[in-house]
Amino acid sequence: MSLLIATLSFYLVVAATVVGAIIAVAARNIFHNVLGLAVSLIGVAGLFLYLNSPFVALMQILIYVGAITIAICFAIMLSQPLYLPAPPRNPLKIQGAAFGAGLVFIFLGLLTRQTVWTPATERVQDWSIATIGHYLLNQYVVIFELISLLLLVAMLGAIVTARGGRGSS
Amino acid sequence: MPIFNQLDTYLYLAVILFCLGLYGVLSRRNLIAVLISVELMLNAASLNFMAFNRFLAPHPAVGQIAALFIMAVAAAEAAIALSIIVALYRKLKSINIEHATELRG
Repeated sequence: MSLLIATLSFYLVVAATVVGAIIAVAARNIFHNVLGLAVSLIGVAGLFLYLNSPFVALMQILIYVGAITIAICFAIMLSQPLYLPAPPRNPLKIQGAAFGAGLVFIFLGLLTRQTVWTPATERVQDWSIATIGHYLLNQYVVIFELISLLLLVAMLGAIVTARGGRGSS
Repeated sequence: MPIFNQLDTYLYLAVILFCLGLYGVLSRRNLIAVLISVELMLNAASLNFMAFNRFLAPHPAVGQIAALFIMAVAAAEAAIALSIIVALYRKLKSINIEHATELRG
């Protein structure tokens, strides 16, 4: 019974991911694109839960859905007004994009199908969040510091660029 | 074995997400829509990391740290890209990528 519930909710999460991604790339209204992206990101967070990582799932919702999607909403409000009619789409370009993406899809799908994946011979079964914290502050401390430096530089760069660039006071 | 306990399920899902993002990057002309598609592709990469981490990796902390790193880089990239979009709109009154040809020689 619990297996049935788990399988059904897995299909639900997969449907949210794929349908959200389709809305995010195909809808004409840019605001619908952002909402589709949010649905898709929540679906990916659900997939992370199925992959035994509640910490990364929470971070996904916090950073992506909470911060990046909201930032994109602000950029939409600060740029092109939504009441302006969108220019018509070039069907040739749509077909070319679908053809290129389809080729990459076939290539990656065949690659995934043909490869034989072998797990590591010795696997540690320690999924606790405390272990991740220990790793982040011991073995991977450079990555941790690099992330904070990168975010600081990106924040300064975003402020300088959005204020009007060099020369404006 | 249930479907959510197989590596292939997650890999095919990541392929679907990546190709949808690629289609969006190639077909859209609105800069914000292109940025949204890039976020989808980054998510596919991080889903791959997490799947390999769950089924193959020797230690389960490594893939989660890689996924966290991708998230931080995506946040920095989104901040920079959105500020560039706002500055570009102020200059050109448009965020269509076909109008942004100032740097063309």
